[in-house]
Amino acid sequence: MMAEALADGGNPSSVHAAGRRARARLESARAAVAALVGADPAALVFTSGGTEANALALRGCGRARLLVSAVEHASVRDAVPEAEIIPVDGDGIVDLPALERLLAADSRPALVSLMLANNETGIVQPVSAAAAIAHAHQALIHCDAAQALGRMSVAMSALAVDFLTMSAHKLGGPAGIGALALADADFPLAPLLLGGSQERRRRAGTENLSGIVGFGVAAKLAGSELQQGDTILGVARMRDRLETLALARVPGAVAIGQGVTRLPNTACLALPGVASETQVMALDLAGVMVSAGAACSSGKVAASRVLAAMGLAPRVAGSAIRVSLGTDTGEADIIRFVDAWAELARRKGFEICTAAVAA
Amino acid sequence: MTAVNSRKQPIYLDYQATTPCDPRVLEKMLPWFTEKFGNPHSRNHAYGWEAEEAVEKAREQVAAIIGADAKEVIFTSGATESNNLALKGVAHFYKDKRDHIVTVVTEHKCVLDTCRHLEQEGFRVTYLPVQSNGLIDLAALEAVVDDKTVIVSVMAVNNEIGVIQPLKEIGEICRKKGAFFHTDCAQAVGKIALDVNALNIDLMSISGHKIYGPKGIGALYVRRRPRVRLVPLITGGGQERGMRSGTLSPPLCVGLGEACAIAQVEMADEAKRLLGLRDRLLTGVQAKLPEVYVNGDLENRIPGNLNLSFAFVEGEGLMMGVKDLAVSSGSACTSASLEPSYVLRALGLEAEMAHTSLRFGLGRFTTEADIDYAIDHIVDAVSHLRAMSPLWDMHQEGIDIKSIQWAEH
Repeated sequence: MMAEALADGGNPSSVHAAGRRARARLESARAAVAALVGADPAALVFTSGGTEANALALRGCGRARLLVSAVEHASVRDAVPEAEIIPVDGDGIVDLPALERLLAADSRPALVSLMLANNETGIVQPVSAAAAIAHAHQALIHCDAAQALGRMSVAMSALAVDFLTMSAHKLGGPAGIGALALADADFPLAPLLLGGSQERRRRAGTENLSGIVGFGVAAKLAGSELQQGDTILGVARMRDRLETLALARVPGAVAIGQGVTRLPNTACLALPGVASETQVMALDLAGVMVSAGAACSSGKVAASRVLAAMGLAPRVAGSAIRVSLGTDTGEADIIRFVDAWAELARRKGFEICTAAVAA
Repeated sequence: MTAVNSRKQPIYLDYQATTPCDPRVLEKMLPWFTEKFGNPHSRNHAYGWEAEEAVEKAREQVAAIIGADAKEVIFTSGATESNNLALKGVAHFYKDKRDHIVTVVTEHKCVLDTCRHLEQEGFRVTYLPVQSNGLIDLAALEAVVDDKTVIVSVMAVNNEIGVIQPLKEIGEICRKKGAFFHTDCAQAVGKIALDVNALNIDLMSISGHKIYGPKGIGALYVRRRPRVRLVPLITGGGQERGMRSGTLSPPLCVGLGEACAIAQVEMADEAKRLLGLRDRLLTGVQAKLPEVYVNGDLENRIPGNLNLSFAFVEGEGLMMGVKDLAVSSGSACTSASLEPSYVLRALGLEAEMAHTSLRFGLGRFTTEADIDYAIDHIVDAVSHLRAMSPLWDMHQEGIDIKSIQWAEH
C-alpha cells in the first residue's frame, strides 16, 4: 500500500483527480490511526515522528508552566529545558503526591507531560491518575505514548489526556512519521512549522503520504493483534521466561522493573560493574542485538538519566541493557541470548549457576 | 469537447505540485521498509550500522548534486521544515547581533509565514517586490541589505511561474554585506545546475517529492566554512549534528538520495526534452487561440513550467473546462482557495488575469502525445467558454472593456 501511494503521486492539497486520490488515502489512514487510540480523526495532526509530536504539544500548548517527569524521553526534556521536573520513585513510577504539591504551589496555567511506557525499562506510568490530578488543578496533560502503542491498549478517553504522542516506527510502521492526537479537535495549538494550511493549519508541509499510509496499515494490524490478546500474552510470557532464565543462570544480575506494570516486550537487565556498552558489543559478536538505553543516544557514553532518576547506584545504572522482544521472538532466541549473556558474565567473574541450563 | 480521451486518468501536468516517485527510486527504497529495518541511530549492532551506512550514502548523493560536502547536509521532513529551520534557526542564533531579514513577495508561503512570525517576534523584515517578469531587481536588493541584515532568503525557482532568480549575483551581494544567503531550492534541484560554492549559497532547502523522490523528506544544506550556526526547531536525541532531532527514516533518505543521483545524471538531456515539449505546448496553444499571455520571464525559467493567462475567460469555468488535465491555478498549497495568486498579482497582473491563469508543470513522464492532447483540450475549452462570454463579444467588436463604466446596483 505504501508503494502504491509512492508510485501514484498526487499532492493531497491539489484539487484534481490525482490530488483527490492522494487525499482519500490520507484521510483513510487518518481514520485508522485515530481509531487505534479512540481519537477524533479531525483531532489528529500528522508529524515527522514522535520527537516532533512531543515538541508540538509542549511548545504549542500555550501554557506558561510546564512539568515533565524525570524519566521522559529526551525529545520531551530537550523541547522544554525550562520545565520543572516531577520525580519518580525507586520503581520508576511518577510520584503523584509530588505532582499534586507542585501543581498546588503555583496557580499559573500548566501542562503536565507524562509518558505512558518508558523506552528504556518499559515501565508503565499511572497516566489516568496523573490526568485526574492535573485536571483538578486546571492543568492540561500530554502523554508520550510512542513506546506503548501496539504493545498495550491505549485509549485517549481512558487515559483522559489532552494530547497524545504517537510514532509509527515503534508500531511496525515506517520511520519518519508520527502524530499528535488532541482530545479537543478545536484546541488552539500553535504550529511549529509555518506556511501552508495542511493538517488544519497545525502543521505545514506536504504530507508524507507513503509514511501516513504505512502508519494507517500498522495501526490497523496493531489494533487487531491487541484485540486477539494472545500475541501480547505470548510476548510477555517469553519476556518473563527470559528474565527467569537469566537471573537463575547469573544470580548476581538484576532485573529492573520486575515488580511493576511493564510493557510485555521489554526487559531491562543489569550486570553490576560491567559497562552496558561492553555487554552490547559482546552480545553483538554472539549474534544477539540489544541496546544500552535509548537508540537515539547510543554511541554516546553517558549513564542513563532514566535509571539515575530511579535512584539506582551508578554501578547498576551503568550496566543495564534493554532487551526488546518481537512477536516472532521464540524459545531458541531466548536460549541464545541467555547463553551468550551468561558466558560474558562468567568471563567477568560472576558466579554461574549451571543447574539452570535445563530450566 | 471533441477530442476523445481514451485514458482513464486525466493527463498529469502538475509536476510543480508534486511528482510521482520514480520506479527506480521506489525499487531502492522498498528493502529499507522491510528486511532492512534497523534504526540508523543504533550504534551497537549490525542492523543499525547497515541503516546508517545507507543514510550516509544518501547524504553524499544529495550533497553531490549541489556541490556540497556530505557533512553540510541535514535531513528534514521536507522543504517546509527546511525553510522554517533555516529562517528561524539563523534569526534566533544571531539575534543579538543582527535583526533584519530580506525576502521576496513571491516566495513560497512557508517562507512568508515564517517571516511574518519573526516580525511578530521583533525582527525587521523587508519584502522585496519583483519586476513584471517575476525577477528581483538586484540594485533594489543591494539597497536594502545592510550591516544589520542577518539573512537574505530568495527562492531559486518560483513554484508558480518557474522563473529562475539571479542566484550568483544575490550570493555576491550577501557575501559583500556579511549576510547569510538562504535559497529555497525545492523547485530548482534536479532542474537547473546548482553549486553552493560558485553561487555563494549559505543555506539551501531541498524537497524529495518535487524531484521524483518520496514525500515526507527534504534536506537543508548548512555551510560549514564560513560556518553557519542555527538554533534547532526540533530537539531531543541530537541527531543530524544537533540541528534536527528525531529518528531518520532510512527508506525516505535512500529515496531522496537516489532521486538526486538520477536527476544529476539525466538533468541536461531531460531539460532539452522538456524545453521542446514546452515550446510545443506554447506555440500550439497560441497558434489557435488569441489573447493568451505568458506569466513570468520565458528565458530565465525552468523548462518544465508554463504559466498562461487566458483573457476573457472566467477562472473557475476554466478549471472545470480542462477537467481532463490535472493542472492547477496556483500552488497546490493554496489551490483549495479561490483567491487569485499572490505571485501573479505581484507581477502586476489585474485580478481577472491572475484568476484566469493555469500552471502547466511538465516532467519526466510527460510525452509528446500528452502535450498534443492538452493543446486540443485547452483550445476547445477556452473557445467554448469565450463563445459564452459577453466580454469576449464586446472585445471582438472592438470595445475596450476597461473603458466601460459599470453601473452600481
